[in-house]
Amino acid sequence: MTMASQPVRILLAKVGLDGHDRGVKIVARALRDAGMEVVYTGLHRRPEEVVTAAVHEDVDVLGVSILSGAHMTVFPRIIDLLKAQGVFGEILLVGGGVIPDEDVVTLKSMGVADILGQETTPGDVVETVRRLVAQRSPAA
Amino acid sequence: MTTVITDTARHRVAADVEEWEQLELASFLERTPERRTRFLTGSRRPVERVYTPADVAEMPWEDIGLPGRYPYTRGPYPTMYRGRLWTMRQIAGYGTAADTNARFHYLIAQGQTGLSIDFDMPTLMGYDSDEDMCEGEVGREGVAIDVLDDMMTLFEGIDLEQVSVSMTINPSAWILLAMYVAVAEARGYDLNKLSGTIQNDILKEYIAQKEWVYPIRHSLRIVRDTIVYCAGNMARYNPINISGYHISEAGSSPVQEVAFTMANARAYLAEVVAAGVDIDEFAPRLSFFFVSQADFFEEIAKFRAARRVWAKIVSGEFGARKPESMRLRFHCQTAAATLTKAQPHNNVVRTTLQALSAVLGGAQSLHTNGLDEAYAIPSEFAMKLALRTQQVIAEESGVTNVIDPVGGSYYVEALTNDIEAEVYRYLDVVERMGGTIAAIEQGYFQREIADFAYEYARRRESGDQVVVGINRYVDAPDEEQAIEVHRVDPEVEHRQVEHLRTCRRERDAAEVERSLRELKAAAADHDANLMPTTIAAVKAGASMGEIVHAVEEVFGRYTEAPVI
Repeated sequence: MTMASQPVRILLAKVGLDGHDRGVKIVARALRDAGMEVVYTGLHRRPEEVVTAAVHEDVDVLGVSILSGAHMTVFPRIIDLLKAQGVFGEILLVGGGVIPDEDVVTLKSMGVADILGQETTPGDVVETVRRLVAQRSPAA
Repeated sequence: MTTVITDTARHRVAADVEEWEQLELASFLERTPERRTRFLTGSRRPVERVYTPADVAEMPWEDIGLPGRYPYTRGPYPTMYRGRLWTMRQIAGYGTAADTNARFHYLIAQGQTGLSIDFDMPTLMGYDSDEDMCEGEVGREGVAIDVLDDMMTLFEGIDLEQVSVSMTINPSAWILLAMYVAVAEARGYDLNKLSGTIQNDILKEYIAQKEWVYPIRHSLRIVRDTIVYCAGNMARYNPINISGYHISEAGSSPVQEVAFTMANARAYLAEVVAAGVDIDEFAPRLSFFFVSQADFFEEIAKFRAARRVWAKIVSGEFGARKPESMRLRFHCQTAAATLTKAQPHNNVVRTTLQALSAVLGGAQSLHTNGLDEAYAIPSEFAMKLALRTQQVIAEESGVTNVIDPVGGSYYVEALTNDIEAEVYRYLDVVERMGGTIAAIEQGYFQREIADFAYEYARRRESGDQVVVGINRYVDAPDEEQAIEVHRVDPEVEHRQVEHLRTCRRERDAAEVERSLRELKAAAADHDANLMPTTIAAVKAGASMGEIVHAVEEVFGRYTEAPVI
């Protein structure tokens, strides 16, 4: 478990064929400027690669950005992989991008910690990540 | 050189300005300070309080000039919209080829005058619908095309000699062009009568949109092959649409959009000229694509400056002699990234203003975004309203009666000059880095764009950059308006994959094998043109993914070192 004094570690990922990376780069800078340790996978990753990297990097949060509409395929796959590694909940999964409201509800019910839509400000992203990590169950 | 005003007039104006500042302005400012200490354009260029002839006194009249005459600041043609309105070209594409074909027939019935096709991510990236990377993406953001048979269905009942067709496609553009040619030949059309465009601007993919397959230099060679093929076989077809739109959507400033687009354009010119083709043989068929962003006057000036820069580059640097080579023609799309999910009906107003900038800036064709852009691909209603927006501007507002109505505005002329100068400054930076490809490899454009995007996000957050409904005039959550949104048919992926498998079963496998072998041989020979062997391969029934992977064996695959 990450001690409160240690910086939050986060892996940001783009999964699938989607090339929209404006948002993920802004998020990366905002988190880095807020003192967090940020690793960005780059584009076109497979869910397996992303989960392996998250475990390898020992991150607190895995942030996945999708603007292609494939989120209902990609997130369940990532959740399964995190569970298979026994790190689901220990590594918090956060989504971002263009995701319809009803899908947000479904994804949260599956255990995605939060979904940050395209209007989220950099400050709100930082605050949300801090809050989620602070609230994370100590059992992890 | 003739300046726009005489020295006497200029001194008189300067004296008047000085007097006005002392008599009227100073006391007024004391009583009522201005809303801001400084005013800036969308590109963060300073805006003065008021502009006078003194601000354009240095500029030669020839830089303003007349429409249809070098340097084309006022428009590429001498009559502009008095002769023919711009092409109203709403992009469309979703589901299978049959789904999109039905949408095309609807749009044509609504008065749309050109077609523009959006492809799904697998098609854009050169994958077949049944590859595992594509799960969840087939037919979602655009139409899925795997084989020639899909392309036949896509254009069913549409006369390709009458309707111009624009295809938004990049790393796999050459394959879709091959399919288009194959459809045309099967229907007995004259290739020289086909008009249309493939985007095919691979350099801006590495910079902004991030759709690629092969390493940069191999990709540029494919672009060269398409330009050379079209120069010889398709007299009215635009083999490339050099695009600033995606550079802007990725977060650049309007000035950077034009500057980086011109850097790319120069690289294409150099590549084709190096293949031994005369500049005047192909430059007339190069076309452009820009966004129309939020700053109304800066956008108009941007389009005018882009035309002037292009004319000067093509003639001055590359020695073109034909006017057609120097005339920049562009498609325009309003700015998707300015549209908001909150209060979605406000988007209609934003889009109207942006569309008006495009028209006052002299666009040759235009796509107006749907009000539901921040939700999903547009519903039929949203598309129709967006098209009606263009029709109102075209046929009710009166702005099409006169050419370049803002020409001679001291402000717009000064802005045009400023943008032009800034573009040259960026081009010099790129030159010093070793040219466009070197600058991409060093992450220069990518970093510049990311910097501007981040600053913009911060300004939006602080409220310094006002966005109505987002950081000002915000509705309470329970006031939010619901809108109808396009739904993806969950069966599309399955249907498309089944169809692809059927096509694979029914074709002559040996013939496909042979055509792919010939294609690879052509790819390995840098001086060969890939188009004839690709056309043969699609006719044999080879799928897009098979063609892409065959050539990948020769070219390899691009991987990006991401810039944060």
